[in-house]
Amino acid sequence: MQLYDMTLHELSDMLAKRKISSKELTLSVLDRIDVTESRLNSFITIDRQGALKQAESVDFKRSKGENLSVLAGIPIGLKDNICTKGLRTTCASKMLENYVPPYSATAAQKLSECDAVIIGKLNMDEFAMGSSTENSFFGVTKNPFDVTKVAGGSSGGCAAAVSSGEVIAALGSDTGGSVRQPASFCGAVGLKPTYGTVSRYGLVAFASSLDQIGPICKCVRDCAIMLSHIVGHDKHDPTSLNRGYPTFSADTISSLDGLRIGLPTDLYEKCTDPDVLARFEDAVRILEKHGACVKHISIEGIRFALPAYYVISSAEASSNLARFDGVRYGFRADGISGINELYTKTRSQGFGDECKRRILLGTFVLSEGYRDKYYKKAVTASRLLVHSVKQQFENVDLIATPTCAETAFDIGKKVSDPVQMYHSDIFTVLANLTGMPAISVPCGLDKDGLPVGIQLMANSFGEQTLFDAASVIEACVGRIMRRCENDRI
Amino acid sequence: MTGYKTVIGLETHAELNTKTKIFCSCKNEFGSLPNTNVCPVCLGLPGALPVLNKAVVEYAVRMGLALNCTINRVSSLVRKNYFYPDLPKAYQISQSELPLCVNGYVDFWYDGEVRRVRINRIHIEEDAGKLIHSETGEDVSYIDLNRCGVPLIEIVSEPDICSSGEAVAYLKTLRSILKYLDICDCKMQEGSIRCDVNVSLCAQGEPLGTRCEMKNVNSFSAVGRAIEYEAARQHQLLDKGEIVQQQTRRWDDIRGVSFVMRTKENAEDYRYFPEPDIPPFEISQARIDELAQTVPELANKKVIRYVTVFGISEKEAAYIAEDMKLAQFFDDCVSSGRHTPKSYCVWIMGELVKYLNSTAKSFEQTALTVSGMNDMLDAVSKGVISVSAAKRVFEVLLEKQTPVSTVIKELGLAQISSSEELERIGKQVISQNEKSVQDYRRGKTNALGYLVGQCMKATNGKADPVRMKDIILSLLAQ
Repeated sequence: MQLYDMTLHELSDMLAKRKISSKELTLSVLDRIDVTESRLNSFITIDRQGALKQAESVDFKRSKGENLSVLAGIPIGLKDNICTKGLRTTCASKMLENYVPPYSATAAQKLSECDAVIIGKLNMDEFAMGSSTENSFFGVTKNPFDVTKVAGGSSGGCAAAVSSGEVIAALGSDTGGSVRQPASFCGAVGLKPTYGTVSRYGLVAFASSLDQIGPICKCVRDCAIMLSHIVGHDKHDPTSLNRGYPTFSADTISSLDGLRIGLPTDLYEKCTDPDVLARFEDAVRILEKHGACVKHISIEGIRFALPAYYVISSAEASSNLARFDGVRYGFRADGISGINELYTKTRSQGFGDECKRRILLGTFVLSEGYRDKYYKKAVTASRLLVHSVKQQFENVDLIATPTCAETAFDIGKKVSDPVQMYHSDIFTVLANLTGMPAISVPCGLDKDGLPVGIQLMANSFGEQTLFDAASVIEACVGRIMRRCENDRI
Repeated sequence: MTGYKTVIGLETHAELNTKTKIFCSCKNEFGSLPNTNVCPVCLGLPGALPVLNKAVVEYAVRMGLALNCTINRVSSLVRKNYFYPDLPKAYQISQSELPLCVNGYVDFWYDGEVRRVRINRIHIEEDAGKLIHSETGEDVSYIDLNRCGVPLIEIVSEPDICSSGEAVAYLKTLRSILKYLDICDCKMQEGSIRCDVNVSLCAQGEPLGTRCEMKNVNSFSAVGRAIEYEAARQHQLLDKGEIVQQQTRRWDDIRGVSFVMRTKENAEDYRYFPEPDIPPFEISQARIDELAQTVPELANKKVIRYVTVFGISEKEAAYIAEDMKLAQFFDDCVSSGRHTPKSYCVWIMGELVKYLNSTAKSFEQTALTVSGMNDMLDAVSKGVISVSAAKRVFEVLLEKQTPVSTVIKELGLAQISSSEELERIGKQVISQNEKSVQDYRRGKTNALGYLVGQCMKATNGKADPVRMKDIILSLLAQ
């Protein structure tokens, strides 16, 4: 097995035992990028020099016998909406094509402080709006299992890069499923942590009340390691929670005796892909076999989740994206006279269609006369959902659904039908609306060899329970590896 | 304005003088080089998040307590969305449904009576940057973002104000309170207090008329002029049988006219919604009680007390109360009980004002003490020094702290109290001024004044002029 195909915890162990150097590992990953990137397009920016310099510096520290973090020397990628000081951060938008932040996001800073090696910035849907990474100014990212398929989105670059060995782990962001859905499409593990556990400082906001940074990794254990290193209160983010954070683990497979799994059958019965349903049900049976008991539940108001999500997220996005106006930084249209023309031309030319669609939608639902009808109603629906999901968590410990109703779809299939595209998020948005944590873990392949993911959602701060259950599934299903040796890519 | 009552409401913005800005740790400082007090947060850079400065909340709560408001223990922020180049995030973080302070009032002395203006609310918000338009005629504007994130409170009055004069008195009252609390620099020319003026007319007994709001009113006197102009404009419309349209108007103080900026139809839609980056915040009752202890007796209350209890004039009371240090001095003098409030007031409004005006000093910069003031007044009332000598003593007391007796001795200002000495001087003057003596005896009574004056001159003013006159009279009668 090549170094780039190994997991973070395996590599960390080898680095600690000095079986390999970070430079070797980093070169392995960079060489892999040379082979795959032209076909995948996972990256927007690759920082070869920076990565190698950092790897050498970690190796030097290790040679001096310094006590290093488990992440030291590990090649990691960041979604391109996580600000990195001195390294271009574009949000996959023409608007920020050449934007270089003067500061780093807290999560990125934490990784740097652990001596992680930042390989580069990963592709995404523009400003994280989308479910396929087709809405990128820098082109679509392809699925490593089948390059005619999408990698999912919006953190499609992260999932494709992790799955193909271009990075060992990545940080994405999840507003309505943007970590979990692409992880599911690419056979990776993706976690959306409890809202407020990972600082949003330096994450370019899409919908502030829903956004959360989360890891995309090759296995559950790697996910637990990554999460342990990015959680924590941040005085720069007033929505970050000031509480004690445990070190998460998934080192051993524990019994799930007494664990209660809720199945919102009425939610996923609409799932028309038989392979997805079959793999999902297999996974549920694995949980049962390990001691979990299954209950059928019904979440009151669940039909409001998707519309409420699109109203709230678009409303916040319309405000968050208003600052991209061509006045101070980023793209500015040519040939303008007067301030209003500066705004309209810059924003018309700088944003892609999906961003414009959401800005218009968000502006509409916040406007005088419509705010009560749409925005406030959506907020009320969201509160109702929090209440009814909390009620469910008095009777169950986890809620399980497929991560997505289907496997990776053909590139171009849904771009012209945004509402159909929005339906991709039907199982994932609930965790964002309620602020609760959810993980997507691979549970097999469909008939075409494309990965299927199961999503487990827990009550707030239930991440360890997610890791416990997910590692049981992982242990039984095995790591879903793209067929890298007789590769389709 | 016969037939109509002018109804005025004011929205007053005051910049708070906290050390740092409202949402970041940049210095809150006026006059720095452009774009130097800035950071990712106040520049609105992608990904940066605002963190509420607690001091801003506490300053605003103190103002709320000073204006008798109810403090909302749980308060929240909203985004007010609009595009303007001086607003980097394209939204202003402000408050709407849950402002920090509500339902207050302020009493102040105006036009011979105590007036009360109700306060609808006080909320906190961030200031925007400043646009500087090129003066060389190029088609360019510059932006200074230092002011972005400077904390503001907006004090919204109910429409309880009836005249331009009352509006100015209300604003002066707010200014005095801001100064007493030391939460605002109160420099109009630096824009630390700004005002939007709402004016409507209403016929006797009728409900309130349609209001117009005037922006860009940047001095107290401009507020007065803008109100007069707007009331007259609306009066004319109503007299012609036209209706007043709801408008936002811009006041041009140089030309003394206002222009329409927006009508109701094209009013901006700010798309308010809760600020998702900052959760609702709470202030404890215990902390509110502590803050209440830091609110002193305010100028407006002092004025009312000075006028009604001490019987000094409204103008004098306002002058003294305006300066917290001077008011404290005055109150301390009065409570010493050694002289009447009026006698202190005479010296303050006379010699002290003259001194402060000529030296451009504030009261705090003088050396005057309560005991110095009292000892000087004692010396006058006991006849130790004349009033004119007292003025010279007072000048010294303003400059340095010295016992009054020492000043009198050093300047040799003590009056000559011995009758023999006064008689000796009288005799000497009479013998040296035979012509005047003859004039007096021929009936020219003003010769007496001349002789007394000569005595005063001979004693360097140290003789009591009344006693001296008696002595001259008795000498001339011999």
